[in-house]
Parts: sequence; structure tokens; C-alpha cells
Amino acid sequence: MRFNKASTVVKRKSFFTALLILFLSLLSLLVLHNTLFFFVFIIIAVIIISLDFIAISRQLFDAIGTKAIMSITIFIVVLFFFLIIVLLNGSFFLLENQSIGDLLFSSTWKPFSNKFGLFAVIIDTLLVTAISLVIAIPVSLFTAIYITEYAPARVRSTIRPFIDVLAGVPSVVFGLCALLVFVPVVRDVIAPFFGANISSGFCVFTASLILSIMVFPIIISLCIESFSSVPLALKEASLSLGATKWETVKKVLFRASGPGVLSAIFLGFGRAFGETIAVAMVIGNQELIPSSLFGPGQTLASLIANNYVEINSIPLLESAIIFVALILFLVVLVFNLGAYLIMKKASQRWKY
Amino acid sequence: MIISVSIVIGSLFLIVFVIVLNGLSSLSLEMLTQTTEGGFYLGSGGGFLNAIVGSLLLAIPATILAFAVGVFIAICLQKDFLHARISTFVRLCLDILWGIPSIVYGVFALTIMIAIGMTESILFGIVALTLLEIPIITRSIDESIKVVPIGLKESAYSLGSTKVETALGVVRRQAMPGIVAGILLGFGRGIGDAASILVTVGDSNYMPTSIFDQTAALPTIIFNLMGMPEKAVQNKAYAVAFVLLVIVLCISIITRYLTKKSSKYLIK
Repeated sequence: MRFNKASTVVKRKSFFTALLILFLSLLSLLVLHNTLFFFVFIIIAVIIISLDFIAISRQLFDAIGTKAIMSITIFIVVLFFFLIIVLLNGSFFLLENQSIGDLLFSSTWKPFSNKFGLFAVIIDTLLVTAISLVIAIPVSLFTAIYITEYAPARVRSTIRPFIDVLAGVPSVVFGLCALLVFVPVVRDVIAPFFGANISSGFCVFTASLILSIMVFPIIISLCIESFSSVPLALKEASLSLGATKWETVKKVLFRASGPGVLSAIFLGFGRAFGETIAVAMVIGNQELIPSSLFGPGQTLASLIANNYVEINSIPLLESAIIFVALILFLVVLVFNLGAYLIMKKASQRWKY
Repeated sequence: MIISVSIVIGSLFLIVFVIVLNGLSSLSLEMLTQTTEGGFYLGSGGGFLNAIVGSLLLAIPATILAFAVGVFIAICLQKDFLHARISTFVRLCLDILWGIPSIVYGVFALTIMIAIGMTESILFGIVALTLLEIPIITRSIDESIKVVPIGLKESAYSLGSTKVETALGVVRRQAMPGIVAGILLGFGRGIGDAASILVTVGDSNYMPTSIFDQTAALPTIIFNLMGMPEKAVQNKAYAVAFVLLVIVLCISIITRYLTKKSSKYLIK
């Protein structure tokens, strides 16, 4: 086996990397006064420099590298199951004390008297998610159609970045904005319009409004992706047969990319379902079935955010919170699997 | 159609406008340069420098860790390393992890924290954020590796390079825009995420000194400030949100610039 020494280029590069890491270690020692980071950085730098002086054969390097890459990938799959096991294990304590039917179909959430009925919260969650999707789906579908089919190239390239930015805005900023704009609007304009005069503005409807804005970018970008993967020939064939542009969109584009749209909606559902902070800020945080859309409520995710503080004083509450997290996890799991199966079936059926 | 486009764009402008307008009026230089004082939540002075540092200390290590894991997974998902069926399964796992609400990661880190008998600290915040960022970064890198032309890899193989050499030397260079975008996307998500760190890092009024300290972070102090009844205290939240929004917007602009710059040298 021929031994191949590392080339000078590699040496210089790793030297600079090591220098940078040494600098970071000094920084952590002098600025942060942190000895732990200091030693970690020093060790990394020593490893990097010493790797240059140990000549290992390329084949050996390849074998080790492949194994390392594989084991990291296995790690992520293991992590996935580990997550489920930890959550199941944590919620076991609660399930021993209360039957699952009791948990899901009773609506008294009183942690201090060990009553953890989630029925009202589940209803609220479904209500909020459903309303937000009802608002979000048409708006984002039309936006996606406009961007892919109708907009001139220049408009398209100006709108796209805005949608990416909207996707990156932190949820707490959405929540703050909802608090400032939507709560007064709902309290003073929308609720009286629908005849609910005593709404504080902190209600299910406000939460749905802000959620729908948060879901826009996900559905739009996924829809654009699946719209633009429809081959041009399909559309051209439709247009050449005399169909108008809108007919082509309706009958060709929608059918060809229908599964993609559906899976985009599923993913949007997952986002709306699990959103925590923005919802917790505006929904009113009361565990009851709302009398109208303008009454306060609580979703599964915001329940966790509002109750984790008392976790140390009530032993069963910790288990209850883990159980709620497990529900969120499982629902998202089911919906993602659904989206995956739809896409798989569609890719077997639509071969173009 | 135009109406729905304007609703989407309008809501973005509304958010930016509202935060900038309210944030600028309540932001002052001392808020950025001082740490939180005792009366911060009651209306007296003090700033949130410790929260900015705390946020960076959470997001930067988490992004580095998630990148270190994510880039290797993305490389491994190619056909060269894994059978297509297995990589489909791993991608499905990643997609599900991507869709899981961040609060679940927070609760997961919290459960582990309680199980090993420790208290809230930066360490578990980093754990939760890393888990949150791994699927985001991996997917982004994976998407850009997928479109690396097969001829490029084949020519590397035909010159006698091994699998790892091809992946790290050729594919990495070609996928550079995706890698940069992925890292920054993950970082932006990590720094803005409130739910996972709300339950794991606790709160503190001082500069964090080790990873076993509790710390304040930008998203969590916004959430805490908004829970206060007084209007003057709530106004501070807009200042914090303004800083957070500026950071996120900067990341978005940097991403755009770097992707453009790094895609200049691609072989097409």
C-alpha cells in the first residue's frame, strides 16, 4: 500500500484552521473566562495539526470516513426513535394514574387537583388550526399560481425574497404583532360585526389570523415548487387545444400537481398545529371550549408554554406535559406520513 | 389573485412596519449596552445586552453542532453511500423531524434534563436548538447536493479519487451555495425560536459565564415582557423585537449575498 503524504496546500489550510481555533480558545479564556471551552478548542487544534503529520493511506481514510458518515446517519435515525421512546416513557407515569379515555374526553384541566382533561384543549387546537387553514389555503394557492403562471419575470424575482423573509420572521415577532394589531382590530371591529360584543380580543379567532399568516410562506413555497415541476409541454398542449390560461391552470396544473399541493397543505397543518409562542400570546389561555370564535381558548402547544413553570411543584404535571408533547409529535408524524404516501402514490401514477 | 398576493406581501410589511415603528421609539442605546437590572420588568432602567449574548451563545454552538452533523448526513444520503431505499427512509425521518413543533424538542430536552437531575441551563437550550436545526440544515444541503451533475462525480471517480475524497473535494464545492444557505437558515431559525428555549434555559439577569448557567434570550424576554401588565414595560418588548427582527433580516440579506457569491464558481 502506497502512503500518500498530505499535500502542502492541505497543510497550509489546516494550519490556518488550527490558528483560528487557537484564537477562539484564547478568546474563550480571556473574554468569557471559560476554561472548559479553552481546553476543548486546544484539543481540536492539536488534532487538526497532528493529522497532517500522520500519513494515513487514502484507502484507510476512505474506509474510516465512510464508516464515520454512516454512523452519523444512523445516529439521526436512532435519535428519531429515541425521541418517541423518551416521550412515551415520560407520559407513562400519567397514564398509570388516569385512563387515556379520561385524558382525551374530559375537559377539566386542573393541575393542582391532579385533573388533566384535554378535551377542551384538543377542540380548541383543531378549531384554531382549521380556521387558519381555511384562511391560508386559498390565499397562498392564488399567490403561488400568480407567481408561477401569471407574474412577469421581474415581479416574480421581487416577490420570492419577500416570501423567504416572511418564512424567517421569528414566531415571537408574529405574536407581538398580533398583540398590537389584531387584538384591537378583533375586539373593536370584527367581533362586534359578528355580534359578539364582549370579546377581549384575546380569542381563538385572533390566534387563527396570525397562524394563517405564519402558514402562508410554507404552503406558497412548497406549491411553487410543485407547480414549477409540471412540464411545460403539458401546459402547452392544453393551450394549443384552445383552453384559456385559467382553464389550463384549473384542469392541467392543478391535476398534475394536486398531490404536491395536498402535501404542502399537510405540512402547513403541522406548522399551525404545533405553533406555540405566537398562539400563547394572543389566545387568552383558558382551558375551556369557547362559546364562540371570539372567546378565549388554549391549544396543546400553548398549554405546555403556560404550564411548564409549575412542573417542579406538581409531579404529575411533568408527565402530563410530556404526554401533550407526545400527542403533538404523533399528529405531526401521521400527517407527514400521509403527505409522503400521497406523493409516493402520485409519482407512480403521474409519469411525465 | 392580485388581492391574495397583496395580502401576503402586505402582512410582511405590516409586521416590519409595526415592529420598526414601535421598536425605534422605545429603543435606546443604554438598552443595548447594559445588562438587565432588578427593576427591568417593573419599568425601571437596564438593558438587554445579556439576552443578546445569551441568544448568540445558544444559537451559534447549536448551528455549529447541527452543521457538523447535518453536512455528513446530507453527504451520506447520496447514492454513493446508501441504498436508495434506505436514504428515502432517512429523508422521511428528517422530514418528520423538520415538521415537529419546536416545543416538542424543548420538552424532550427538559425531560432529559430532569432525568439526569440537572437544572435549566444553556447546555439544554443548545441541545434543543441543535435538534431543531439538524433537519433544516440537512435538508437544505441535501437539496443542493441532489442537483450536482453526475458527470462531475464520475470524472472525479475516474481520476481515482475515493468516495470520501469525491464527496469532500468535489461535491462539497459544487453544493457550496446550498451549504451556506442551510447554515444561515438554521441559524436564523435557531436565534428566533422561543418555544424550545423557553422551557430549557430559564432566565437570568446576568451575563452567562458557563454553559451550566441559566440565561436570558431575546425571544424569551419578549414573551416575559408581554406578560407584564404595564404599558411602559410592554414597550420594551418592541425594542427587543426590533433587535431580533434586524438580526433575522440581516441574516436573510447575508444569505442572499453569500449564495450569489458562492454560486459564481459553480461548474454548470
